[in-house]
Amino acid sequence: MRAFSYERATSPTRAAAAAAKTKGAKFIAGGTNLLDLMKLEIETPSHLIDVCGLGFDKIEQTPDGGLRIGALVRNTDLAADPRVRRDYGVLSRALVAGASGQLRNKATTAGNLLQRTRCPYFYDTNQSCNKRRPGSGCAALGGFSRQLAVIGASEACIATHPSDMAVAMRALDATVETVQADGKARRIPIADFHKLPGETPHLETALEAGELITAVTLPRPLGGVHAYHKVRDRASYAFALVSVAAVVQPDGTGRVALGGVAPKPWRVEAAEARMPQGAKAVTAELLAGAKPTPENAFKLPLAERTLGAVLAASRVQAARA
Amino acid sequence: MKFDTPAADNPIDRLRIVGRPADRIEGPLKTTGTAAYAYERHDVVRNQAYGYVLGSAIAKGRILAMDASRAKAAPGVLAVVTAENAGPLSKGASNTAKLLGGPEIQHYHQAVAVVVAESFEQARAAAALIKVSYEAAPGAFDLAAAKASAVNPGMIFGSPADTAVGDFAGAFAAAPVQLDETYSTPDQGHAMMEPHATIAAWNGEELTLWTSNQMIDWSRREIATTLGLAKEKVRLSSPFVGGGFGGKLFPRADAICAALGARAAGRPVKVALTRPLMFNNTTHRPATIQRIRIGATREGKITAIGHESWSGDLPGGHADGAVDQTRALYAGANRMTATRLAALDLPESNAMRAPGEATGMMALEVAMDEMAEKLGLDPVEFRIRNDTQVDPEKPERRFSQRQLVECLRLGAERFGWRARNPKPASVRDGGWLIGLGVAAAYRGAPVQKSAARVRLDGEGVCTVETDMTDIGTGSYTIIAQTAAEMMGLPLHKVVVRLGDSTFPASAGSGGQWGAASSTAGVYAACVKLREAAARKVGFDPAQAEFADGYVRLGNQSVALAQAAGPDGLAAEDAMEYGDLATTYRLSTFGAHFVEVAVDAATAEIRVRRMLAVCAAGRILNPKSARSQVIGAMTMGVGAALMEELAVDKRVGFFANHDLAGYEVPVHADIPHQEVIFLDEVDPLSSPMKAKGVGELGICGVAAAIANAVYNAVGVRVRDYPVTLDKLLAGMPETV
Repeated sequence: MRAFSYERATSPTRAAAAAAKTKGAKFIAGGTNLLDLMKLEIETPSHLIDVCGLGFDKIEQTPDGGLRIGALVRNTDLAADPRVRRDYGVLSRALVAGASGQLRNKATTAGNLLQRTRCPYFYDTNQSCNKRRPGSGCAALGGFSRQLAVIGASEACIATHPSDMAVAMRALDATVETVQADGKARRIPIADFHKLPGETPHLETALEAGELITAVTLPRPLGGVHAYHKVRDRASYAFALVSVAAVVQPDGTGRVALGGVAPKPWRVEAAEARMPQGAKAVTAELLAGAKPTPENAFKLPLAERTLGAVLAASRVQAARA
Repeated sequence: MKFDTPAADNPIDRLRIVGRPADRIEGPLKTTGTAAYAYERHDVVRNQAYGYVLGSAIAKGRILAMDASRAKAAPGVLAVVTAENAGPLSKGASNTAKLLGGPEIQHYHQAVAVVVAESFEQARAAAALIKVSYEAAPGAFDLAAAKASAVNPGMIFGSPADTAVGDFAGAFAAAPVQLDETYSTPDQGHAMMEPHATIAAWNGEELTLWTSNQMIDWSRREIATTLGLAKEKVRLSSPFVGGGFGGKLFPRADAICAALGARAAGRPVKVALTRPLMFNNTTHRPATIQRIRIGATREGKITAIGHESWSGDLPGGHADGAVDQTRALYAGANRMTATRLAALDLPESNAMRAPGEATGMMALEVAMDEMAEKLGLDPVEFRIRNDTQVDPEKPERRFSQRQLVECLRLGAERFGWRARNPKPASVRDGGWLIGLGVAAAYRGAPVQKSAARVRLDGEGVCTVETDMTDIGTGSYTIIAQTAAEMMGLPLHKVVVRLGDSTFPASAGSGGQWGAASSTAGVYAACVKLREAAARKVGFDPAQAEFADGYVRLGNQSVALAQAAGPDGLAAEDAMEYGDLATTYRLSTFGAHFVEVAVDAATAEIRVRRMLAVCAAGRILNPKSARSQVIGAMTMGVGAALMEELAVDKRVGFFANHDLAGYEVPVHADIPHQEVIFLDEVDPLSSPMKAKGVGELGICGVAAAIANAVYNAVGVRVRDYPVTLDKLLAGMPETV
């Protein structure tokens, strides 16, 4: 870990301005990912701006009937919120499928969105990685890739985004609210928040220099059956091989997003039109153009089968209701 | 004391304390956080500085240049030690690669420098400032590719690389039912909780290491050799060890780097290996490729059994003994085994819990399941039909005890084996496919020389000292039980001090011999102490009885406290062994039963319940023995379903080198576990009549799970771990 200076932010606008003008500055909240990465010198900020004192820890109703989740709401609190459990079950389930109780107690909503890939080559500073050292190459290509992306990746990077929460938020069409360095507020649809790697895999989000997440808003409840099915080798405390976030309406229409397959939560709205025709039809379009490696090609049939199970279970649940 | 005739009745047979489920005597220290592990021994020496180990960035090649000037100038840095300035370093016989590498690099993350600083953070930050330029050389990293060039490695743990009885080839060719399959097991990491850690301090030419180590006497010798010291100049202390599993049998880089760092800095230094370094810097269980051939009559009598195994290690290293159990587990007149070793440039392989049988049983017991299916026999019945009470290679040599059949029968009854549908993929429970699996368990039961010193004081307290270690196994408790039983004292009147090289040399914790051997050493010392106590009060030692805190002869009795007197009494002895272990075959047996559920859609595999039935001699403490077995069963779940060091065959390293990437079972993976110990005493083992269970518990578990998965879904996976991606293509269609 490199030596760094530290300050406690006193207001969001001042924090954003300070972050923009201080070279090597980073925000820190729960620190469950950033501190680990700093110890390995994968992240080497020279200045940390602690935003934990800024409030942002409430979950409030929005005027249009949605929810506004403060950036600093802890994962545990978000998953347990009665409104989230009742109206956004997919989000609550995704949260409790992630990490461990201890980590969820500490990790924040904004931090979860910003967590970085678990690609083993990103984690080993002896290996080339275009995220860590832009232009150094991608050691994962042709390497150990079982966990890595099958779609949306590039020749520069095949990392996946590890979040469960973000996959549910993508299915829910959440919006990320920020304050920029000049003090202006901005709203970024979650679809645009995470970037595909292309030739610049180190640029992972739409956030600009200094820009600070203040909240995530959810639109009005969608109704329907909510499901988050996370597939992994061990029963808990593992990243998804494939996960399916789905909201299914009684008529069989709905939404679906995948985790564990791409550099960002993976959703193709056009594919959702196929939902009444079943999982095969949906995944054929959702994963069209996938370029798996021999080690992770299993994710394609696995995604289809998992979605099939989700759709079957939601039919049963809908019938019961 | 020499043990060369079968044990007669002795004070242990009273079983007032031995054989009872006593709580761990050191348990309160551990549950209150006051048992200090190596890195936490803040009180043993003042002024401790921190060392941080830098690992090589390449797998094979040379260091062309190393620039540590920025590291040396960094805040708080006291010293930077590399091979260039460390002085002459040798290598212990048990290490294959050097513990401080350079200029030659032998494997990835081999230590190339240790930075010593005032704080851990300063040492770590400075280590990142060392500039190393390497010249990488091509290496061999792929066992399958190197298999053809593998050679006969000579002896493997005392067994020849090739064994043959009868005419295997002829009998196999003539057998009406044949199986010829190849299996593979991956490299595995020990992944123990406590990392390798050492505090080192020099006093002139004398070195003290407070460390985490399973084998005090071996490691003392190896450290002395490595540093060019006389063995007597080295002291090791390792009273608590947070797991070892074979990864701490020998000194590792933490010990040598702490010693070198302390010498360079002129003050005590503590070093712990970081988790991401451990998988490639230390040892691991090597991957194997195993071919098994079984020929049988239509009635299910094995006529030919052959087992060949290939593994790899650094040049000069060791082969895995995966074929070992196949020499002894089942009958069959015609048999062969062969072990071959390929030269690989991956990190060095070495022992991990039940080395040999753990990997061998993963293959053999799946082969037995496959053969039973070919024969149309129940797999329990097939194993029973091929039981043998004599060493199948040497029929004149009997097993000292062998209750494999009893384990299988009792296990089948208790587990509800009759409910198993032999037709795969035929039992459903909602969205789950259900399967049952069985495997035999087998592990050798070696005993080793082990010494102890016992003292009785004027308070009637008996103190036992031996360099035996407790790596979480319960050594403290069974040693206390042994001394209490022998001296006729309650358990709380016994104090046990372990893990210090100033104590008599024990067998140490390894090879499943620790429990039986170390308690036998304590037994020997207690026999001497009893003699001394009896003589002191004028009783005939052969007639005196020790019970309830008294030594008695007829109607005379003297309190032990009084017998010891203000000066106390002391005795020291070792138990040594004659040739009973070669006249008889000493082994432990068991049977594992497993129920799994496989998600019909995703092919996720979850274990539902497990049963182990063990026959392993006298169980000294059923509570700590059960803990050993359920821990081993848990490790078997890992081996079956998830554990695999992923080899990057281009770079030559284990890529998933942390506990997020190298998955071991979590609580949610481990369901109901049950352990049954058969009543057994083995008078051919030692006066304790005990053997070991800590390694028996893992042998066969993974195969039982793989067999249960086959029963659940009808997909036979022969390459471990059994992960969902290997099942998907054979799973039933979903809706």
